[in-house]
Amino acid sequence: MTATSLTGRTAKQRGRWIGWAFVGPFMIVFALVLVAPVFYAIYLSLFREQLVGGNAFVGLDNYVRALGDAKFWESFLRVAVFLVVQVPIMLCIALFAALALDSARLHGSRFLRISVFLPYAVPAVVATLMWGFIYGERFGLVGNLNSLPGVDLPIPLSSEFVLAAIGNIVTWEFVGYNMLIFFAALRVIPTELYEAAELDGAGQYRVVWSIKLPAIRGALVIAAIFSVIGSFQLFNEPNILKTLAPNAITTFFTPNMYAYNLSFAGQQFNYSAAVAIIMGVATMIVAYIVQLGGSRKEAAR
Amino acid sequence: MSALRFAKTTSGLRPRRSILLTVIMGLLAIYALLPLFWLFVNSTKTQAALFSTFGLWFGGEFALFDNIVQTLTYDDGEFVRWLGNTLLYVVVGAGGATALATLAGYGLAKFDFPGRRAVFAVVLGAVAVPGTALAVPTFLMFSQLGLTNTPWAIILPSLISPFGLYLIWVYAVDSVPTELLEAARIDGAGEFRTFFTISSRLLAPGFVTVLLFAIVATWNNYFLPLIMLSDPAWYPLTVGLNQWNAQATGVGAQPIYNLVITGSLLTIIPIVVAFLFLQRYWQSGLSAGSVKQ
Repeated sequence: MTATSLTGRTAKQRGRWIGWAFVGPFMIVFALVLVAPVFYAIYLSLFREQLVGGNAFVGLDNYVRALGDAKFWESFLRVAVFLVVQVPIMLCIALFAALALDSARLHGSRFLRISVFLPYAVPAVVATLMWGFIYGERFGLVGNLNSLPGVDLPIPLSSEFVLAAIGNIVTWEFVGYNMLIFFAALRVIPTELYEAAELDGAGQYRVVWSIKLPAIRGALVIAAIFSVIGSFQLFNEPNILKTLAPNAITTFFTPNMYAYNLSFAGQQFNYSAAVAIIMGVATMIVAYIVQLGGSRKEAAR
Repeated sequence: MSALRFAKTTSGLRPRRSILLTVIMGLLAIYALLPLFWLFVNSTKTQAALFSTFGLWFGGEFALFDNIVQTLTYDDGEFVRWLGNTLLYVVVGAGGATALATLAGYGLAKFDFPGRRAVFAVVLGAVAVPGTALAVPTFLMFSQLGLTNTPWAIILPSLISPFGLYLIWVYAVDSVPTELLEAARIDGAGEFRTFFTISSRLLAPGFVTVLLFAIVATWNNYFLPLIMLSDPAWYPLTVGLNQWNAQATGVGAQPIYNLVITGSLLTIIPIVVAFLFLQRYWQSGLSAGSVKQ
């Protein structure tokens, strides 16, 4: 009896810490590549490189400067517009497609599902180059179509339309991914709910509105949060498209491009770190608001 | 005929199929596939034909194989070198990320240890920290450590996948029965032996799912290598392709649009094939993620 309780206790004590043996390796790398850069960025943002005397502690000066920087605000507003327009359009299309797949009313739904998801596998570089060429006037489709008599399409790579052109690329890349997240959430709704609704004589739209949408609210909130993060972090698409549309895309087109160019073209590392941190905090605040909105509706029910 | 079909479907459980809905979804599928079709069509053209023929159909001589040979041999075969780099980053980065996420997700799901809640909070908080916001500080830190312009600068950050950790955690809670682990403990098996002989098999589908998403993320990685590497010898395909595209403009421009297009096609083929063959896994992964919401 004593022997078993003794081994039981040592096993328990060993068991208390053994979890760290599994989590430890992840946490070490995590600390190096995620936690350390956050603190290093905060540290950097509090200093300024000076011609005389090297690095000087300047407190929150870099933040004050960023908040009064017209270039920063222009880029910030641009991604905010992008967020408000592109994210709802993309999520609505994805939701509609997921509901259509889930309704079992489609011919060839397997083929349709895979086709719409396929762009997710395409690297942003390739997606942007493809669309960039298609948009192009010289050998792109838009150029081809505009050379036909009577056709006068807007030029996607002009400065008026380039944001919409980027929105289309991002939508193309991620609509299928979001569709599958919604579809996966729809598949796990218990069928009893549908049977009960049928007994109550609820129609298709009523089932969608009263059963399906509430059941996948969690997935909707997650997808919205990831899309918000993606919008605020917009970099790859405009940065690659810049080669094809140098006049329409500035070096401060998005906050991330601004931070990147401050660092690598302007050597203003300290100021760049401050801009990156402001954007990180802004992203977290908006993501938190989205989550709050999602869970408040849940509580109200 | 239509009456017959109607009778058949109403008696069964399947609702009637809708032509209208299929057409709408078909348009969405065309939208998704059209650029890929464009890419294929244009990779069969010479650079001259790219400018002179209609974009959405074949034209000029069929130069696909010639383009492929040129892509692979241009500038002493730097494309092949970039492909090798990409494979290195994918094998070590995505493989390592999956291994770390599996161990840690399993540890969080199946062990209660001091600091477990803190680990959880920190990792979940990290998901909210935008990756690209950290890119510049990471670059500066790595350059002080002498890691920039080496493969480590790409591999180390790729090793962390909070999404993978979350997925394995959710998956392990359901698929590895705690009673089974208790039984193994009573038999005197060590925790790691139990993990490698029993739990790892039960976790296999979740593991493959995380691996698949990690492979896509590393294969498609652009921003990180762009800032970390200045030596083209270490470029992955994504950065290399963009450099080829960029050489069409500026001083001493040497446009090689046909190679950019053919190179893009070659870049997406492996990943698209992997997706089509491993469909089962990404679908199960996405639904595993949605159960817990």
